Amino acid sequence: MPPHPYQVTKLTEHLFRTEAKKMIAVLTKIFGTENLQTAEDVVQDTLLSALDVWKLKGIPDNPSGWLFRVAKNKAIDIIRRNKHSLQYDFTDNEKILLTSEYTLTSAMDNFWQEKIINDDLLRMMFACCHPEISEENQITLILKTLCGFSTVEIARAFLTSEETVSKRLYRTKEFFRQHKIKLEFPAADDIKTRTDAVLNAVYLLFNEGYNSTNAEELIRKDVIEEAMILCKLLTENSHTQIPEVFALMALMCFHSSRNESRLTAEGEIILLPMQNRSKWNTALIEKGNAYMNKAAFGDVLSAYHLEAAIAFEHCSATNFEMTNWKIILQYYEWLMQIAPSPVTALNKVIVLMQVNGAQAALLELQEIKDLKKLGRYYLYYSLLGEIHLRLNNKEAAKENFDIAINLTQSQVEKKMLKNKIVELLN
Amino acid sequence: MKEYLLLFRGGNERLNFSPNDMQEHMQRWAQWMSELGKQGKFAGAQPLVKTGRVVRGAKKIVSDGPFMEGKEMLGGYLVCKVDNYDEALDIAKDCPILEFEDGAVEVREIGEMRM
Repeated sequence: MPPHPYQVTKLTEHLFRTEAKKMIAVLTKIFGTENLQTAEDVVQDTLLSALDVWKLKGIPDNPSGWLFRVAKNKAIDIIRRNKHSLQYDFTDNEKILLTSEYTLTSAMDNFWQEKIINDDLLRMMFACCHPEISEENQITLILKTLCGFSTVEIARAFLTSEETVSKRLYRTKEFFRQHKIKLEFPAADDIKTRTDAVLNAVYLLFNEGYNSTNAEELIRKDVIEEAMILCKLLTENSHTQIPEVFALMALMCFHSSRNESRLTAEGEIILLPMQNRSKWNTALIEKGNAYMNKAAFGDVLSAYHLEAAIAFEHCSATNFEMTNWKIILQYYEWLMQIAPSPVTALNKVIVLMQVNGAQAALLELQEIKDLKKLGRYYLYYSLLGEIHLRLNNKEAAKENFDIAINLTQSQVEKKMLKNKIVELLN
Repeated sequence: MKEYLLLFRGGNERLNFSPNDMQEHMQRWAQWMSELGKQGKFAGAQPLVKTGRVVRGAKKIVSDGPFMEGKEMLGGYLVCKVDNYDEALDIAKDCPILEFEDGAVEVREIGEMRM
């Protein structure tokens, strides 16, 4: 019996995330970064074929194998059709074999060997994070091309407009077209800075999954999983095993260990004080600890180390009241020294409220630099509302909660904020 | 660095191969060429289909062709980049066409036209 179309869409969506990036990496290696569009088109075509065929015939036993085979054949078709076109540069020793009918299929197969695909994916991430591409453009490209995010989602994550995101994508592809960046691991003395850029992208990806801007779901486990898969690749490759990589991995383990306790069965937000801590995933917390230990070599104390330490404090407190807010505040102060940002400052205020009370938090909040950047950030207004609520300024609290409701696109957040208003009016 | 054209002749026996044997045989061709690729000596190769046409003489008479004995039959070509004939011959000696009694590789240096 053919599967329900919805089922196919759900499964394909998951494969979009996990397999599309691998196919993009391999195809970009074949056609060159200057032809990233070709790679994207092949992947898009492949996924559409999958949807069409699987709807009728059901999902094959090995869906990834199916996708790779179809992508491979489409790539072969393109090579045959463009035999005499100068668009593709197949002059290097491996690629030249793609130009002969004797060797086209076997050379193509060589590009798709399971054991090299993960390395290709890392090389692709490094290409996306090329130092001559601005950081924003790097991250935008990874999120769009490798992770399959829509421009809307990326715009929300960066507090910017869709148009800006499209422009960034265009500029980066133009850079690739002009410079024909090779897919390779950076040289030893570059690896640290280059890996930092990749980590930054993984971190943003994780945040998007952990606190999704998606209207329906607050937590997108597939996105969290993707971020962790990408980071795990970095932990496993000898080129990229720097302390920050393990610290970020630890951070993500600690945070995601709480996933099951953050929402009710109906998908409503449960705030930290009310979360059932027995639902926290101890296996993930242990994993986080193991990564934390691996992160503790060299003399590096990165923002990831500090954020992981903060997350660890939450994970190890037996209940909300037992949380060591003072040490967390200390971590936030260090964090503001090495990686100051308005969002971090905002989170610090939340902790300050626990340690020194709402009045102190209100003063601190007004001190935040770049407050303008938070102008469209719902969390600012939601926090301001909370502070006023604690100071018993009901009107100001409601006013700020209302602004926050308008700013967040997450239905779940809206619901939670509305509940707060209902409570304060009672 | 010079370029040599290798012409593969004969080996018609393989036309009677089972699909499996054929695949195995063709894998050896691919391996042979991949090795040349790795060494930077590969400059192109294509197989030719069995039948063809010949245009002959000032009258440009077209006929089926190329009317050759089995062992003369041209099956494909390869261009390699090496320094001298000896190297080109060494490459030719590894050609899978020589698995057949009537197989042959013709090796010719690609010339320059000086006018």
